[in-house]
Amino acid sequence: MNSLSAAERRRRRSLYIMAVLAVLSTLVFGLLQKRGQVVTYGFVLDKEWVLIQQWVINSRTAALLFGLIAIAASTVAFLQFRAGKTIGIASAFGAAGIMMSFLSWAAAGKFIPFTGLLQGALLLSVPLIFGSMAGVLSERSGVVNIAIEGQLLAGAFVSGVVASLTHSTFWGLVVAPFAGCLISTLLAIFAINFAIDQIILGFVLNVLVYGLTDFLYKKLLIPYQATWNSGPTLAAIKIPVLWKIPLIGPILFDQSIIVYLMYGVVFLISFSLFKTKWGLRTRAVGEHPTAADSVGIKVNRLRFMNVMIAGMVAGLGGAYFTVGGVGAFNKEMTAGKGFIALAALIFGRWTPWGAVSAALLFGFADNLQSVLGIIGTPIPSEFMLMVPYLVTVVAVTGFVGRVRAPAADGTPYKRGESH
Amino acid sequence: MHKLLSKRPSLRALTLPGLAFLLAMFFGALLIAFSDSTVLKHIGHPLAFLKAAGVAVWQSYLALFEGSVYNPSLATPHDALLSWYPLSETLVTAAPLMLAGLSVALAFRAGLFNIGAQGQFIFGSIAASYVGFHFHLPLGVHLIAAVLAAVVAGALWGGLVGLLKARTGAHEVIVTIMLNYVALYFLMWLLGTTRFLRPGRRDPISPDVLTSARMPLLAGSNYRVNLGIFVALAAATFVWWLLTRSTWGFRFRAVGANSAAAKTAGISVPFVMTSVMAISGALAGLGGAVHVLGSDFSLTSGTAGNFGFDAITVALLGRAKPMGVVFASILFGALRAGGGTMQANTSTPIDIVLVIQALVVLFIAAPSVVKWVFRLKNVKTTGELAAKGWNG
Repeated sequence: MNSLSAAERRRRRSLYIMAVLAVLSTLVFGLLQKRGQVVTYGFVLDKEWVLIQQWVINSRTAALLFGLIAIAASTVAFLQFRAGKTIGIASAFGAAGIMMSFLSWAAAGKFIPFTGLLQGALLLSVPLIFGSMAGVLSERSGVVNIAIEGQLLAGAFVSGVVASLTHSTFWGLVVAPFAGCLISTLLAIFAINFAIDQIILGFVLNVLVYGLTDFLYKKLLIPYQATWNSGPTLAAIKIPVLWKIPLIGPILFDQSIIVYLMYGVVFLISFSLFKTKWGLRTRAVGEHPTAADSVGIKVNRLRFMNVMIAGMVAGLGGAYFTVGGVGAFNKEMTAGKGFIALAALIFGRWTPWGAVSAALLFGFADNLQSVLGIIGTPIPSEFMLMVPYLVTVVAVTGFVGRVRAPAADGTPYKRGESH
Repeated sequence: MHKLLSKRPSLRALTLPGLAFLLAMFFGALLIAFSDSTVLKHIGHPLAFLKAAGVAVWQSYLALFEGSVYNPSLATPHDALLSWYPLSETLVTAAPLMLAGLSVALAFRAGLFNIGAQGQFIFGSIAASYVGFHFHLPLGVHLIAAVLAAVVAGALWGGLVGLLKARTGAHEVIVTIMLNYVALYFLMWLLGTTRFLRPGRRDPISPDVLTSARMPLLAGSNYRVNLGIFVALAAATFVWWLLTRSTWGFRFRAVGANSAAAKTAGISVPFVMTSVMAISGALAGLGGAVHVLGSDFSLTSGTAGNFGFDAITVALLGRAKPMGVVFASILFGALRAGGGTMQANTSTPIDIVLVIQALVVLFIAAPSVVKWVFRLKNVKTTGELAAKGWNG
């Protein structure tokens, strides 16, 4: 086995870890569980077609069952790895088995609205997905975007205020991208034209947006709440027929327009980045700007444009907090979501689908924590809240595979200087 | 790099920060004027508008000054000196800020961006307050033990980042951002445990630090100013000595200037990264100790406030130099202290301080803007904020 590359050794190591976790969860959550209680999974949220109403099972049996599934999946993954095949699906089954084993243990004697759990997870990951897409656009073209948080917050603030002043969710949605774009244009000007350290710059822009929105919130939004901060919210739109599909219907197709826009944004970005001329140029500019320049691509102009689009995407995501959620703006309501989006971007290795998966995972962890917090469990909620951050640290330390940023990410381009 | 290393203590070095500050205050004034309802009533009449705007801005900035330096209305017939009470408040805020700022500045000089001062500050304050309220030790020993505990806790939390970077190449910015949240949630969990919960309280607040572990007051019981400010100044002197007079500091700066060259010259880059981040963390942890043992006395989920993040603006304004950090932290400490008074006495919220801070740093980072506005030539600008990115 000495012929394995470093990347393969890391994958093998992560497979070992998964196998150990699968065995541990079978033992701890299944066999060693003190007394089996009934756990009830509910599968129906609304009036969709019913495939299965609910599933009542002894928590011990369930934990054992899912643990064994995880063990089996790990074994399959390992065999596939030995045979040199891809291990994605088997690994996903393994991870899901471990997760469900844990859930069956944690929710012993309780009712878990399973569809609701997933729906909530999707909702919590919406800003993360928008934010990480903004990260993909900006960083794949070579500009580090720490200011995602600021762009989200600016979008949230402006869309909330405009929706409140115009009594229209439509205008709230329309202006949100421009608010995000304003911040990202500042990022672009200082990063590309003035060649300032982009990490420092992003940090400072976040502080600026925090300061401005905090200031205006106290000065205008609290005293004149009726006119300035009582915006309407978007209603959920049921997509005919599709929303009736059991389990996935209410989760994916009974959402507000922002969520449908998000699907569009994700598909558009993942398609364009790898299948269009623009995408090829963008990746070239992010990996090797000198080479891109030598074939006539205007490096800085393309970067500027992409950073501006990134801001628009993040700004639209910001609207999710106000018009897409509670309506009224609240001080610092993005609450670090922009940084989790950054984490998702990195955990997803700067690829659109990787970032989306990571964002969904983080959203799930977040929602699981709040659901378990409500029904009461042995795990303190603070530790559940740490999960996305710890997972990201583990990811960047190379424990579960190589994480590499685009080669020219963060490096300003100036013609004639070698990079 | 020779620019960074050469010492030319001249007034010219202060031109840029000074003008950047003025420009930021000007934008702050615009924000105050254009968000004030009484000012906006006169929008149709330019003269009345300007007058109202002037009044609003003057009142806000006067309150800012009265809350941070000198307020004659505080003087009593018995004690005229009380009008300087705000200055004591400024120094109380400046001390932890200075320490956290030094933490960020030191890491900068070794080429590392420590966004994690917040988390290190949190661990410092946890350790200091735990030793401070849980143990009963003699006067003097108790304070030293609490401070040392904070230094060790901060050093471990910071050193971990350096170790990860050295061993695996994990970017310190990402790791520190994530570890800040981990530290915060850890603190919140801790405050829910019986060990840290104040007896008789159900909200998350720890018991008060015992008197024997508190920083001695410097100017009597009327003022909160305490030994903390001298601890911070001593730390600034230490960092100055470390960076400019010691072999270690030379290695730090060598790695910061060009880590590949430093490696070739036989300097152990992993060792430097780990030790810089440990010292950095120790400084931020010390900041947490000064805050908890000097003025706050108890631990809450908001103990660290914004210190760790303000520290970054302090380090940037101070251009990552100990002397600069001292002045920058006193300036931002004054803005924080005065901001409270301003919010209480005028309709201007304290949050304008954040805007001013961000703008100052932005203008410092982009000297071209300041030069263009003030039509300056030949102002000293150094390239210490050059871009690096994730792979740097």
